[in-house]
Amino acid sequence: MAINTDKNSYTVIFAIIMVVVVGALLAGFASGLKPMIKANEKYEKQQNILYALGVNNNEGPNDVEFIPTTEVEEEFNKYITKQLVIQGDEVTENDEAYLIDIKKEEDQAKKDESYTRKLPLFVAEKDSKEVYIMPVRGKGLWDAIWGFVAVDKSMTVQGVYFDHKGETPGLGAEIKQRYFMDDFTGEKFLDGGAFKGIDVAKGNNDPKNEDTTDNEVDALAGATITGDGVTAMLKKDVRLYVPYFKNLNK
Amino acid sequence: MGLLSKKDAKLISDPLADNNPITIQVLGICSALAITAQLKPSIVMAISVVFVLGVGNVVISLMRNVIPSKIRIIVQLIVVATLVIIVDQVLKAFAYSLSKELSVFIGLIITNCIIMGRFEAFALGNGPWRSFLDGIGNAAGYGLILIIVGFFRELLGSGTLFGFKVLGDPVEKTGLYAIGYENNGFMVLPPMALIVVGIIIWVQRSKNKELIEEH
Repeated sequence: MAINTDKNSYTVIFAIIMVVVVGALLAGFASGLKPMIKANEKYEKQQNILYALGVNNNEGPNDVEFIPTTEVEEEFNKYITKQLVIQGDEVTENDEAYLIDIKKEEDQAKKDESYTRKLPLFVAEKDSKEVYIMPVRGKGLWDAIWGFVAVDKSMTVQGVYFDHKGETPGLGAEIKQRYFMDDFTGEKFLDGGAFKGIDVAKGNNDPKNEDTTDNEVDALAGATITGDGVTAMLKKDVRLYVPYFKNLNK
Repeated sequence: MGLLSKKDAKLISDPLADNNPITIQVLGICSALAITAQLKPSIVMAISVVFVLGVGNVVISLMRNVIPSKIRIIVQLIVVATLVIIVDQVLKAFAYSLSKELSVFIGLIITNCIIMGRFEAFALGNGPWRSFLDGIGNAAGYGLILIIVGFFRELLGSGTLFGFKVLGDPVEKTGLYAIGYENNGFMVLPPMALIVVGIIIWVQRSKNKELIEEH
C-alpha cells in the first residue's frame, strides 16, 4: 500500500469519510424502516388495548396471543366504540386518543403544576356491557413498566395487560404472564366507594385468587420490586380516573 | 470438508471446543450471565452475535490496510455499533415482538468483548474469507455456551424450556412436582450462570488435560 496511514491529515480525512458513510447508511436505514416501525408500534398498542378487554387469540391456559397485526385495526374499530380524552372536567371524543403519549403527559404535569394532564380513556362494548380501558405506566426494578387496565362502571377489573422494558427474565418479566395478569380479573379498585387500588401482596394467603374483594393479588416470588412497581403504577394512574367514574355513576 | 481447507476448518472448529471464547479465553462472560435465564433469548443472542461478528470481521478485514492505526479501536467500535443498530432496526421493522423481548440485549452486543477482541486479534491481520470463518467460529463457540447455560438455567430454575412446562406444573403439582421436586430459584439469578460456566470449564478441562495451565 502506497498510502501512509500514519499521517495526521490521513487520519482526519479517514475519520470524516467514515462518519459520513456510516451516518448516511444509518440514516437511510432509519428513515427507510420508520413507517414499518411506526405501524408496528400502533398495532401493538391496539393489540394491548384489545388484550386488556379480553379480545385475544389465546388457546391454551398459558397463552398470551394477540389478535394478529393484519386484523387488529378492524377488531379495534369493532370493539372500541368511543375514544375519550379527559382533561380536568372536560371530556372530548378523539379518534386518536390511543396515540397520546402518557409518559410525556406525566412529565409535563410534573414540570408545570398548572397543566392538566390529558387522560386517554377507551370505551368498548363487549357482550353488551360497557368496558373502560385505561393506560397505566410506572417503574419496575430496572426500567419502565406499563399496561392497560379494563374496568366496568364500578371499577371492577375486567382484564389487564402488563408489559415491561427490561425486567429480569424469569422473575420480574413474569408480570406479562397469564397466571399473573389473570389474577386481576374480578378485583376491585374501590373499597366501599373510596379508591383503594389493587396491591400485589406477598402474604395474602390466597394464591388461587378466590377472594376478589380483598384488593390484593398474589405476588411473584423473586420479583418484589417489580410487583411493588405494579402496585404503585395502578394506584398512581388509575386514581386519576376516579372523578370520571364518580360522575358516571351519579 | 471439501469446501474448506484443513486450516480454514480449524478456524471454525477451534473456538467451538479447545479455544472457546468463554470457557478458555474467558471473554464475553458479562452477557453470558445476563441473558441466559431462559433458552430463547440465549438462542437469539447467539444468532445475532454470529451475524455481527461474521459481517464485522469481513468489514474490518476489507478495511485493514486503510484504517489509520491511531484510531483503529474507534473505527472498530463504529463498525460494531453500526451493525448492531442495523440488526436492532431490522428486527423492530420485521420481527417486532421478538425485538421487544430482546431490545436491551441486542444493544449489549456492542459491549461484547469477543467482538472487539476478534477484530483486533484476527480481522486486522487476515483476509476477508478467513476472517469471516473466524468470526462465525468464535460467535458459534460463544453461542454454544450460551445455549448450554440457558438450557440448564431454564430447565432447573423454572422447570420450562422455551416456556413449555416440561417437568409438570408446579402449582397444580403434576409431573415431577407430584413427587416433591421443587424448582431451584437460584438458577434464575445471574450468579448461577457463573457457576454453570464454571462447571462447563471443569468438565472441559478434566476431559482435555492439555487445557490446564501449569502456573
